[in-house]
Amino acid sequence: MTPGIAIILALLLPACGALAVILARRHPNVRETITIFVTLGTFGAVLSLVAPVHAGLRPGATLFEMLPGLPIRLEIEPLGMLYALVASGLWIVTSLYAIGYMRGHREKHQTRFYACFALSIAAALGIAFAGNLLTLFLFYELLTLVTYPLVTHHGTEKALAAGRVYLGVLMSTSIGFLFTALVWTYLATGSLDFRAGGIVAGKVEGWPLAMLLALFAFGTGKAALMPFHRWLPAAMVAPTPVSALLHAVAVVKAGVFTVLKIVVYIFGVENLRASGASLWLMYAAAFTLVAASVVALVKDNLKARLAYSTISQLAYIVLGAAIATHASILGAGMHIAMHAMGKITLFFCAGAIYVGVHKTEISELDGIGRTMPWTMVAFLLGSLSIIGLPPFGGAWSKWFLVLGAADRHQAFFVAVLMLGSLLAIGYLMPVVVRAFFAQPAAPAADPAASRPAPGIRRFDQAPLLCVLPPCLTAAGCLALFLFADTIADFLRPILEAAMP
Amino acid sequence: MAEHLPVLQVIVPLLAAPLCLLVRVPRIARVLVTVAAWTSLAIAVTLMAEVRTSGTITYALGGWAAPYGIEYRIDLLSAYLLVLVSVVAAVVLSFLPGRPAAQISNHRETHFYAALLLSLAGMLGIAATGDAFNIFVFLEISSISAYSLVALGRRRQALMAAFSYLIIGTIGASFILLGIGFMYHMTGTLNMDELAVYLPQLTSTRTVRVAFAFLFVGVSIKLALFPLHQWLPNAYSEAPAAVSAFLAATSTKISYYLLVRVVFTLFGAAFVFGSLHLDRLLVPLSIAAMFSGSIAAIYQTNVKRLLAYSSVAQVGYMTLGLSFATVTGLTGGLVHLFNHAMMKGGLFLSVACIGSRIGSAQLDDLRGLGRRMPFSMASFVVGGLSLIGIPGTVGFISKWYLVRAALEQGRWLVAGLIVASSLLAVAYVWRVLEVAYFAPRSADDPVVSEVGWKLLLPTWVLIGATVYFGLSADLTVGLAQDVARELVGITGGVTP
Repeated sequence: MTPGIAIILALLLPACGALAVILARRHPNVRETITIFVTLGTFGAVLSLVAPVHAGLRPGATLFEMLPGLPIRLEIEPLGMLYALVASGLWIVTSLYAIGYMRGHREKHQTRFYACFALSIAAALGIAFAGNLLTLFLFYELLTLVTYPLVTHHGTEKALAAGRVYLGVLMSTSIGFLFTALVWTYLATGSLDFRAGGIVAGKVEGWPLAMLLALFAFGTGKAALMPFHRWLPAAMVAPTPVSALLHAVAVVKAGVFTVLKIVVYIFGVENLRASGASLWLMYAAAFTLVAASVVALVKDNLKARLAYSTISQLAYIVLGAAIATHASILGAGMHIAMHAMGKITLFFCAGAIYVGVHKTEISELDGIGRTMPWTMVAFLLGSLSIIGLPPFGGAWSKWFLVLGAADRHQAFFVAVLMLGSLLAIGYLMPVVVRAFFAQPAAPAADPAASRPAPGIRRFDQAPLLCVLPPCLTAAGCLALFLFADTIADFLRPILEAAMP
Repeated sequence: MAEHLPVLQVIVPLLAAPLCLLVRVPRIARVLVTVAAWTSLAIAVTLMAEVRTSGTITYALGGWAAPYGIEYRIDLLSAYLLVLVSVVAAVVLSFLPGRPAAQISNHRETHFYAALLLSLAGMLGIAATGDAFNIFVFLEISSISAYSLVALGRRRQALMAAFSYLIIGTIGASFILLGIGFMYHMTGTLNMDELAVYLPQLTSTRTVRVAFAFLFVGVSIKLALFPLHQWLPNAYSEAPAAVSAFLAATSTKISYYLLVRVVFTLFGAAFVFGSLHLDRLLVPLSIAAMFSGSIAAIYQTNVKRLLAYSSVAQVGYMTLGLSFATVTGLTGGLVHLFNHAMMKGGLFLSVACIGSRIGSAQLDDLRGLGRRMPFSMASFVVGGLSLIGIPGTVGFISKWYLVRAALEQGRWLVAGLIVASSLLAVAYVWRVLEVAYFAPRSADDPVVSEVGWKLLLPTWVLIGATVYFGLSADLTVGLAQDVARELVGITGGVTP
């Protein structure tokens, strides 16, 4: 299989999978089998691209000539490869989890759910493989649209209201700012290509450069930079698999990936650092980082707390991009993978708790570690990785980020990064502590309420397929610690090209 | 034969119209309409190919040479409009669904077809002719048949809508006639090619300026440019469904053609923008149209009215593109002609599909249709996304050029307003989607099923075009750009 075909396949498989899921709507078992095979196939196609990219090739394919001189083009570089691997790899685990969750919870409209899920992955991979800004924008908007039915899945007035916030924030930022930035960039440079070292260097300078960066940074609403973060907590009304894969991995990472990609390939790391245009963004990201953590501290709803934690962790990546040093970019890139693995674990656990014992508030979780030990141990490991403690993946990315800030002699931002970790301890550890050390306040919940649908194997109070995935990803957090070097090596070429 | 194509373009539908009345059999009349529309399309495409290879075609009607006789003159802009109008006609009119589904009042079916063909002939004539007075004649042909088409709507309100359309439209036509009269008085010619030579030399005279004012206001009425748009929402929402689709996709486009002709060919951008500073009027009016149309659309409870108000807003985009007076801006305006024709035609057709089943276009009656009529509603979704300007649809292409044109001139505020108004489109499109997909159908709602392929096919051809030309806009943009270069080039390209 040539790389060009593999790229197309990676996009087409989930898209066709969505169609197959719709056609198989009357046979849930067939439908879910299709989903699993499609996830495996997609991951296989993505995986087959790693070797050529690692070897320094940049496989690509041009799809359409959208505007004269502006094609819809796919091209893979290491950063996109990493994001694609994370999204498609975790999709497999999430699909297993979704089967357990959706059946265990007897959700309606499951066909629509699986179809939109597959389309979301197709859109996410399109973002990962985008060969120019126009292509990226196309898939970025597509991702917003296909995730909307997932957010409003329950169709209740509450879900619809959340859907309006979701769509409103993401659309107004992308159309209002990102689109304008695109046109501006095109006018200034005559191109929207991703090129090592950036394309705006020497074309836009001074305060307009900072303005352009602002349009890009805030325009990428999916990066959830405050004050455009409201959509992410709103999206938590969705079923938990959606929150886990899309609103901790695919969608939010699409946002920060876009920011990183723009910094590296449109602005140019060197150019951005020399111009100082990103100084304000460092402060904006630092503010989001701390503020979101503080909000997370006071949220009692577990998913809401995790959502604010995500906002804070995304700000790490934006901060890394804004610092724009060798180490910080590397750290930001790695954090895409590290945070994804950790946060998806936490969401899986939150969903397992919900399906198992129907608890959503942290204050209700006293002593739950005794009935759901596997789930809560996985939660602990995921938390440690988010906080950034060894031996978990999160330690490495944060290490590089701190290193980057230190390189620029920004003691303030080193302190902010540290503070972020401390706050993470503050908002994540109480959950674990309550689960294991607090006495259950009331006798176990009404068993009838928590009984899953008949015919589903239970384990740790929840369907087996709800508990196994978080254990897998928790183990993944550990593995990422060991293989962090491989990831760093893989990403390094993007910087070498940018900084000769 | 081939050299007569410019006039055949008009004659074919013009003669097919009375034939429809004579045969009196709806089934045969329907075949006639289809044949006439496709023949027009074939002629238009041939003309376009000829213009692209060998330049402007002139044709002396009846063999009388230009200044004395009527000249048909097909340049790239004319050919573009001919293709646009006849494509829409061919797609919309060849699957006319018969009386009940077309939502026309009874016993007038052949009359209906005749009026459609006359309207088509009038519009094609406007684009084909090179004679100013001839334009007025064709304008009246197309307008009067359009009034009667609107009056065929099923509800009683259709008569009122048609009547006010008639009054306002006639005022517009009279203004245009006065303008033409003044031009004739000053230059002694009605041939537009000659007018284009003489008028720019006479622009210091008050008469010529008044002529321009009359023409501009008259065309603006026909174009439904804010604040002269009051006739449009009523007319489009009360007309039979197929008529709304046909008129929405063609009639404002032809009026826009007239505006472009008046500004760029007859009077010249140097006069209009350089000394009259029309952009100082047209830019605010366009923006007001974009916002007032979109905001009004948000508050409509009838989907057809919603789409009609959205048309008012879209006209604003087109005139905004023109008022930049640059190649990029005019490209945006011209490509939006085609793009808007595809999406709005498709949207009105999808409302026609829905209306043929539920017999209404009230927003509330759409609840639950996302499941019941998946293909009709899906076409509405795609069309709606195009109205917003999501990348991958034609709406994005238009917006790209308009924002680019605004930024080229450093008009940041205007660029910001363009994107802001497209966000308003999100609001009105999503109101429909939420009802159709999330509101449950109640037990006493009529049970409906998806319409047949005969209705879905034209709908999806237009909607498919919005996606195809959104992903691969080389053809449309290339054409619009060539037209824009020709027009701006003629007058030296003035940047105010």
